[in-house]
Amino acid sequence: MAEARMIDIYIMGSRYQVPEGLTILTALEYCGYRMIRGCGCRAGFCGACATVYNFKNDPQLRYDLACQKTIEQDMYLVQIPFFPAAKALYNLEEVEANGEQVLKLYPDLVKCFGCNNCTKTCPQDIEVMWFMSDALRGDIREVAIKSFDCVMCGLCAARCPQGLVPYNIALLSRRLYGRYLAPPSKHLEDRIAEIEAGKFDAEIEELRKMEQSELKRRYAGREIEPAY
Amino acid sequence: MPYPGYMEESIRKVEATRQRRLKETFPRITLEEKAPLLQKFHPDFIEEGMRKLLVGPNKGSRTPNEMADVLEGNSRIDPDKIDLLRIDYDVDILVIGCGGAGASAALLAQENGADVLLVTKLRLGDANTVGAQAGTQAADRPNDSPAIHYLDTMGGGGFTNVPELVEVLVRDAPGVINWLESLGVMWDKNPDGSIHELSGGGASRLRLHSARDYTGLEEMRVLRDEIRNRQINYLEFSPVIELLMDDKGQVAGAILVNLETNELSLVRAKAVVIATGGMGRLHIQAFPTTNHYGATADGLVLAYRVGAELIFMDTMQYHPTGAAYPVQILGQLVTEKIRTLGAQLVNADGEQFIMPLDPRDVVAAAIIQECRRGIGIKTPTGEVGVWLDSPMIDIIRGSGTIGRELPAMVRQFGRYNIDIITEPILAYPTLHYQNGGIRINPEGATTVPGLFAAGECEGGVHGRNRLIGNSTLDIFVFGRRAGRAAAQYVKEVKPGSLRLDHVRQWQRELERAGIAGSRAISPLLLPDYASHMPDYLPDYGRQALAVGQIKIA
Repeated sequence: MAEARMIDIYIMGSRYQVPEGLTILTALEYCGYRMIRGCGCRAGFCGACATVYNFKNDPQLRYDLACQKTIEQDMYLVQIPFFPAAKALYNLEEVEANGEQVLKLYPDLVKCFGCNNCTKTCPQDIEVMWFMSDALRGDIREVAIKSFDCVMCGLCAARCPQGLVPYNIALLSRRLYGRYLAPPSKHLEDRIAEIEAGKFDAEIEELRKMEQSELKRRYAGREIEPAY
Repeated sequence: MPYPGYMEESIRKVEATRQRRLKETFPRITLEEKAPLLQKFHPDFIEEGMRKLLVGPNKGSRTPNEMADVLEGNSRIDPDKIDLLRIDYDVDILVIGCGGAGASAALLAQENGADVLLVTKLRLGDANTVGAQAGTQAADRPNDSPAIHYLDTMGGGGFTNVPELVEVLVRDAPGVINWLESLGVMWDKNPDGSIHELSGGGASRLRLHSARDYTGLEEMRVLRDEIRNRQINYLEFSPVIELLMDDKGQVAGAILVNLETNELSLVRAKAVVIATGGMGRLHIQAFPTTNHYGATADGLVLAYRVGAELIFMDTMQYHPTGAAYPVQILGQLVTEKIRTLGAQLVNADGEQFIMPLDPRDVVAAAIIQECRRGIGIKTPTGEVGVWLDSPMIDIIRGSGTIGRELPAMVRQFGRYNIDIITEPILAYPTLHYQNGGIRINPEGATTVPGLFAAGECEGGVHGRNRLIGNSTLDIFVFGRRAGRAAAQYVKEVKPGSLRLDHVRQWQRELERAGIAGSRAISPLLLPDYASHMPDYLPDYGRQALAVGQIKIA
């Protein structure tokens, strides 16, 4: 049995003793809470486990992902299993990649008064308020780049006093950038045309019908492009 | 100091050999050396970890014990208590699961004129797709070709892959990259628009399309948004617990359970696409896993009970580099992209022992061998691992590369005060992927009429070992194909009347095999970490009553 110092935590107000070193998520489970909501990839990528905590003698709220944050003595914990947030519906093929489009779909964007709660809340340390001001200026590329690491946990929307949904505005901007503003890839277009023209059919057919011993010989002898 | 002192001493040895190793190329493994290494050290070859299935279409074939437990499980329902006349949802196509495969299938089915219902166990997009970091393979550079991609994929799979499936995988790949971009996926690109592509284990060309190290997240959040934009109907927290059939032997719908209210509902559908992903949360051989919370092989159980054949169920993929330290992220994915970018694997003495870009089964077996030899590094909680020498990347490719290419990894370790730009990562294999699954044809059709499958739950594409970047390709290639084929199928099929006789037959088969009383119910739906802390975590001696031991008056 592993030796571990036991520490006190409070789950929705009730005190539990748990071994040091667990995450908020595994501490909840250690205490017998079976997760249905508030738990997804368990690795910091899906944003399902947005969590709020403070400490027994420190009322200031902190925010994080429950699957990544290590528990500390006297933490008060609560999960945010769901937060209602507006999402504009649009047909990507019928929109324009400019700032007016973003404003048209999310007109409340103009209500941002720069309180910076979103940035302070972000468990990914993204400069949310800055990309919101980029969005106001219509700089879609900047929004896309600054927001790229967003896991869409929703904490920014939950804390915005104006009811804005920064993560959905960011997603719209990234999709507009990827679809319309990123430079096209000629080698990709060429290859798709070659495949459609049947350029590789004979070669693949040959490999598919090849004796396994010959296939193995080809594999062992294939030229390998250096990784860098 | 991030690592304990004794681990720091080993890191000093890693640093001492770094300059020499920068010029040192460890030879790739030969096909002759590969077989004995795998047989000795790969978990697939541990006899006591496997058993033969006693029932079902694959009766007599071997699979890990944990997989056999769910495949041989009892149904969650009593067919006599289900009213098949009370239909809650009546649709053309039911898609089960919403990772990359399910989302693609739903989009393509709708585009092809079908009325689609998408159901998922957790939230829309909570799937292994979001955790995929490194990238997606597609042979689209001038020095590459689908034929070379074919050869790499077959070799990686030990030449056991189903050739017809590999052919469509490599042929559809460039089109998939283009489709995703047309939906707004932001690929890492060079200023001239060419895609910034990287190498990967077992790939002979630079072929990996990335979105930083958030590739799967980027793909998934775009597809999820598109499902919402196109207003495809979906139900969250509503897993399927049993498929429905009709009196003509066709799959004809499913029974759902609302995970929060336990309410059952019936879906009648002319076709069903299973896209439920993998099995990591079964913790085969007590391995930790990179998989999401819902990865419990449910789709395999459902398909197996209606008679669908499975293939390659004796082979699982252990990702070579799961995090071995700190314990908070034990077993979580440390992307292969780190090796792709130039990091070597070294033992406690700072010496290489495997070519870092050999296929995953080989690298995983080599790490296990090194640790059994006693030249791994032991952590304070009793884990063991080898060093993944990440600081090499910035030395080889220039300062700033790690920060630019691996923000998720920098962030993940940074939370625990480990700076992967200056210090190596401790890694050990972790349960990652189900190489096999439901047998399909190139259109995603299973061996049962009306049942289609796509993504990790199907098998044959990867043979006995999948290559990096071929899973986030598989989900889109076969998700799209299954969605399209199912939409075509529903235009022609003549549905019969609903039946649950297959469940009665299944229970009789369990009785005849003498295992009905000893098997748990399945599909599992979610792991029960509230009753039992997972075995891979340190034993903290928690005493808790399992649910069911407590009587409440």
